[in-house]
Amino acid sequence: MPIYETIIGLEVHAQILTRSKMFCACSADYAGAAPNTHVCPVCMALPGSLPVINRAAVEKTILAGLALHCTIGPEAVFARKNYHYADLPKGYQISQYELPLCHDGWIEIEIPNETGNRVKRIGITRVHLEEDTGKLTHTGGASLVDLNRAGVPLLEIVTEPDMRSPEEAHAYLTMLQRILRYLGVSTADMEKGAMRCEANVSVRPVGQAQFGTKVEVKNLNSFRAVVQALEYEVARQIAVLESGGKVVQVTMGWDEAHGRTVVQRTKESADDYRYFPEPDLPPLVIEPAWVEALAARLPELPDAKTRRFVAELGLHPRDAALLAEDRGIAEYFEAVARESGDAKTAANWITGELFRLMNTATVEIAAVKITPAAFAALMRLVATGQINLNSAKRVFAIMFETGRSPDEIVQELGLAQVSDADVLAAAVAAVVARYPDEAAKYRGGKETLFNWFLGQVMRETRGKGNPAVVRELLAKALKG
Amino acid sequence: MLHELSVHAAAEMLRAGEISSVELTEAVLDRICAVDNEIKAYLTLLPEEALAQAAAADRHLAAARAAGNMAELSPLLGIPLAIKDVISVEGVRTTCGSQILENYIAPFHATAVEKLLAAGAVILGKTNTDEFAMGSSTENSAYFTTHNPWDLERVPGGSSGGSAAAVAADECLAALGTDTGGSVRQPASLCGIVGLKPTYGRVSRYGLIAYGSSLDQIGVLTKDVTDAALLLGTIAGHDPRDSTSMDLPVPDYTAALRTSNARLTSDAIPCTAHASHRTPSHPRPPRIGVPREYFIAGIQPEVETAVRAAIQVLADLGAEVHEISLPHTDLALPVYYLIAPAEASANLARYDGIRYGLSVPGDTLWEGYRRTRGQGFGPEVKRRIMLGAYALSAGYYDAYYLKAQQVRTLIRQDFEVALRQVDVIACPTSPTTAFRIGEKAADPLSMYLADIFTLSLNLAGLCGISVPCGFDAAGLPIGLQLMGGAFQEETLLAVAFAYEQATAWHRQKPALVASSPTE
Repeated sequence: MPIYETIIGLEVHAQILTRSKMFCACSADYAGAAPNTHVCPVCMALPGSLPVINRAAVEKTILAGLALHCTIGPEAVFARKNYHYADLPKGYQISQYELPLCHDGWIEIEIPNETGNRVKRIGITRVHLEEDTGKLTHTGGASLVDLNRAGVPLLEIVTEPDMRSPEEAHAYLTMLQRILRYLGVSTADMEKGAMRCEANVSVRPVGQAQFGTKVEVKNLNSFRAVVQALEYEVARQIAVLESGGKVVQVTMGWDEAHGRTVVQRTKESADDYRYFPEPDLPPLVIEPAWVEALAARLPELPDAKTRRFVAELGLHPRDAALLAEDRGIAEYFEAVARESGDAKTAANWITGELFRLMNTATVEIAAVKITPAAFAALMRLVATGQINLNSAKRVFAIMFETGRSPDEIVQELGLAQVSDADVLAAAVAAVVARYPDEAAKYRGGKETLFNWFLGQVMRETRGKGNPAVVRELLAKALKG
Repeated sequence: MLHELSVHAAAEMLRAGEISSVELTEAVLDRICAVDNEIKAYLTLLPEEALAQAAAADRHLAAARAAGNMAELSPLLGIPLAIKDVISVEGVRTTCGSQILENYIAPFHATAVEKLLAAGAVILGKTNTDEFAMGSSTENSAYFTTHNPWDLERVPGGSSGGSAAAVAADECLAALGTDTGGSVRQPASLCGIVGLKPTYGRVSRYGLIAYGSSLDQIGVLTKDVTDAALLLGTIAGHDPRDSTSMDLPVPDYTAALRTSNARLTSDAIPCTAHASHRTPSHPRPPRIGVPREYFIAGIQPEVETAVRAAIQVLADLGAEVHEISLPHTDLALPVYYLIAPAEASANLARYDGIRYGLSVPGDTLWEGYRRTRGQGFGPEVKRRIMLGAYALSAGYYDAYYLKAQQVRTLIRQDFEVALRQVDVIACPTSPTTAFRIGEKAADPLSMYLADIFTLSLNLAGLCGISVPCGFDAAGLPIGLQLMGGAFQEETLLAVAFAYEQATAWHRQKPALVASSPTE
């Protein structure tokens, strides 16, 4: 049996975050709205209505294209993609065909292997802009049409057939999702339908130059579905070839419930979309100055941020990557680092306590009540020995809960650390006097008892004793 | 007779307080009652709404008179107009001459209508049209055929035949039409009135129900050139809702006429036209180009004679006449019948019975589509949808649609070259005068030839006007077509106006005997 190589190309659709729809002024934020309440003559395709391009959607597409190292323009043309369906009110979708907004880019993905991470470049064929369709609900013999989603801007990102395994496809989607979120271009949430994926997959014996016959797989609604469907489809195609058969060019759908791909359409019945340039929209001329202005708005992307956190702030690469993953967290971290002047400690607090509390409470970074200034103030209380670390964690939890200032909480709980040697010396003397036997054993050479004494003194001071001062006083007292 | 008034004559009388808009509107409604049984220009009449708008106009007039600022008033205030039924009027049935939209009530105004109403115009009703503006005779209307006021056995032309017949029969003072391949100019020619197709992008298409989106343009049908200038000035201009409308200032088109006079001197050509070619110290008369490709075998001899005589009138008025060539003229017809149907095949896809209009249920979604569209569309519409879908289909796109677009560029270049040599091109509007109802209805190709002289202008996106220039032996009107460069409507109107001043064709009225309303 020859060894087979898998060839995968992906087509991703992501809803673009804009206030209004692609070609009309209707609000694009339709989540939870009653059906057909975010509609107007344009997105309902009433006779005589005309589309007008949403500039913000074009700009976000260009931003995505820039982040994916694409060439932008210089001219982009919208095209009509003709087909009849009940969720497509015009009977055509305004999309792009011959001249997309962005083309010929790449993205780097990281694939874990034995020696760490291997970086691989995936070619981006094109990034274009189109409109979403409405939504159909099939109920008891009838189908209901909701046009709230019709006309919401969609980004389409098509890769070259550069991926060689389902894992690479997963890594690509992860990286793409992170970039789209970073740019604020899309929530890129697959489970909520804000990001959808279709795959072209084929196999060929290793060493064969030309690609095998490709099969298109649709209905991939989660990262898990992508990987499972690709694994299934690769195995199916290899089995077909091994049994002497030929792979047929078809469109398959992923049947999540049964864990298999099912033929949706054969090549013979493939749609002819009769694309032609949209006469209602003149070609978009993308001025270089416009692209430059957008490029200046391009945020630092996660990879670059990770490298900078390591090089400039001295973070551990693992912490740096963790903090850079999400733009909101990265910005929060940098604010705390700036306020406190101690990036490493800030990183420890955020990746430790803050992430733990956020996970437990399922709170997003944007909803965290602790301001970077308050965060830094708490770090200073610890650094100057005014409270100990355990108290600080208690205070932090209350800050997380209430958003109150650390000073206020410390005062209220009476947690201020005692460093006054006279006060502490009395506590130390009391403890040593209370446990003469243990003190004798310690002096007899059982030095491990030191920490036990330390604990007793801390209890005596109700945790407020400055451990460094206590340690010094205790050592002196035990020497006797 | 008030219904016979032109827009500008009625506007003067309204300002002078000699008549009221209600009187004028009532007179026109009476005229409609008297003659529309035979003409059949209107699909929908709005008498109550029109009289309410007229009363509002009268109040506006009275207030302006009391305040002494009559000069500020729009010339269309209180003027009763008709609107072709492919243009949306809010709250009014808008059928496009099709069964599929028989009960469709437009929920918004077309921008052009909005502008007319803002100017205080009165809307009498919606006029008949070939279904979705596809045709040259109104015989493709799903409702009825409109009759030519000059001979009721003949077609009024199309597709804006309802508007043209209404103007010619004094059933309105002026009307809006649409012109995709000649649908304003050809019926104007056949009905003996003025029809102006503005440059593509001059008038917003918002609310105009699309046929061929890259060709469609709202135009005006009027009793004379002055009225055409008045109406164009009101409806023209940039509209943010139509991305193909141009953001250019709208000149005072009537000013172009005021500077013109009986003789065509350099003054007749406003400075915007080819300003770089002239300096004030070197005035020159307008140059008229006569394209040799427009005087071909098959043209009705009386049409050629009348148009050549009209060109001689322009020469006598001082114009320089040059023979020119538009070499790709013979390709305009095949190019048009690939591009317009291709766009139509997509534009008409929305009539699926799901949201509005005719809906014939079927057992499946596809069966519902088939029944709705099968019953809702007439044969010519189906023919063009199929032609267009074919021209765009995989394997044929390059040979048909793409090739047609390439040839369209050649046609556009023909005009660019010609309009560097001349200011205006003069030719017939239609190869024949009005043909008999039924004469061409069974033969789509001979019907398509009716627009052979008007199609090129839409493909090039330029402006053109048809003005009356004589009659054939049967007493049927003949039209002179003048074509101008992009956004050169002032030049066009100035030349047309000079011709009109020198002739009396536009003053002739059809000898229409008003049938007494049946008691």
